[in-house]
Amino acid sequence: MKYIDEFQDPDLARRLLDDIHATVTRPWALMEVCGGQTHTIIRHGIDQLLPEQVELIHGPGCPVCVTPLEVIDKALEIASRPGVIFCSFGDMLRVPGTGRDLFQVRSEGGDVRVVYSPLDALKVAQQNPGREVVFFGIGFETTAPPNAMTVYQAKKLGIPNFSLLVSHVRVPPAIEAIMGSPGCRVQGFLAAGHVCSVMGMGEYPELAARHRVPIVVTGFEPLDILEGVRRAVHQLERGEHTVDNAYARAVRPEGNPAALAMLEDVFEVTDRAWRGIGIIPGSGWRLSERYRDFDAEHRFSVTGITTLEPAECRSGEVLQGLIKPNACEAFGTTCTPRNPLGATMVSSEGACAAYYLYRRLELTPARTAAPLETSPVA
Amino acid sequence: MCLAVPGRVLDIEEKDGTRMATVDFGGVVKEVCLEYLPDLQVGEYAIVHVGFALQRLDEESAKQTLELFAQLGMLQEEFGDPWEQAAQAGGSPWPFEGDPFEGDQAESDAVEEARK
Ligand code: SF4
Repeated sequence: MKYIDEFQDPDLARRLLDDIHATVTRPWALMEVCGGQTHTIIRHGIDQLLPEQVELIHGPGCPVCVTPLEVIDKALEIASRPGVIFCSFGDMLRVPGTGRDLFQVRSEGGDVRVVYSPLDALKVAQQNPGREVVFFGIGFETTAPPNAMTVYQAKKLGIPNFSLLVSHVRVPPAIEAIMGSPGCRVQGFLAAGHVCSVMGMGEYPELAARHRVPIVVTGFEPLDILEGVRRAVHQLERGEHTVDNAYARAVRPEGNPAALAMLEDVFEVTDRAWRGIGIIPGSGWRLSERYRDFDAEHRFSVTGITTLEPAECRSGEVLQGLIKPNACEAFGTTCTPRNPLGATMVSSEGACAAYYLYRRLELTPARTAAPLETSPVA
Repeated sequence: MCLAVPGRVLDIEEKDGTRMATVDFGGVVKEVCLEYLPDLQVGEYAIVHVGFALQRLDEESAKQTLELFAQLGMLQEEFGDPWEQAAQAGGSPWPFEGDPFEGDQAESDAVEEARK
């Protein structure tokens, strides 16, 4: 337990861990959905502090990772057009499209700008009426409401030179897809806390009941993760499968009603491709009919761009929890953060990057067949 | 980028018909939209994501989280210069020290070694 002193409250961490150790009687596999949670887990070695029977499987919850290559290519195409100011969050700069990334587009003369908030991009549009300003709208349910508000404002204020390149994704259909995939070993979920801050917990009881999996809404700080695991393990040991909120300080069951209303107005549910996974029905949002004028894909006619992903990258399996990153042949050899093959290596929240950053180098067997194996301890 | 950081509302004003606030994130001050938490008041804490307050937070948990994020360098990640960070991720030895072009190679060797 070499890491435990680094916890914010080591005594509480110890008590939670003791409780988990005392409760577990057989092997369980839990998936943490959020990439921020994956990072906390690897950074603090939480997976190594847990009993050997409790395996944490990393889920698809990194927005940068799951954005399909072809959306990146569309972004690169738009960003290189003369007269365009392309605004994005900083973590998209290094995500490779086919052959290059936004960073390179800028060095080749493209006007790529990083903004802290989508509203900043709208400001850029107001200040540059003669230019087309495009904002790269990716992300889960946490990021979608800010982007929805920005489009709403653009329409309300009549800002014609602003548009959104939309690739928003939704968590519950991804959980559905993971539970339905043939090699799935997940027995319980740590749901992404901030997604639930917006969406509430309404979508989960039906999922939990139908797949007979406990779903524990969990934050992303080290103690939050331990508490989430503890509650999930208690449920599993008792044969229960309900929705539990272990992140009540930031999640109300009803979510954020104002944000939900805005999402409903600006977006509509659509099928979406997830990088490495493929199309998941109903798993995304696009602009609804009333806001279609603000859709950059149409404005710049890039709907036709389609791209295949590199065959050697196994990020699809990583994102679905079927393999650990270091089971990929390319991990740390032909694929590194400086030279990433897949988005799970390039994003700071990606599972491959987390394993690389915290030196999880030992080769883990792909544990698709034998859940009883124990996890390696460094 | 799904991270949301707690911050304290310093003041509130109406801009372009939108409720906006200046919010303090442990020293970094940013403009934040309050449309999704319209009744948030000066002095209160909320979790903020990409410039939008999304949910109220009590003071104690907010302070604890901020302290933790500061310790872990996550505030720097969130509010630092993104171009610099991207350049680093792309060309520096991150997470290694020394020659920027040695890191990946050494690491690759280590992985190769571990697999033998
Ligand atoms: S290590 Fe690289 S190639 Fe392998 S799955 Fe991860 S991103 Fe893809």
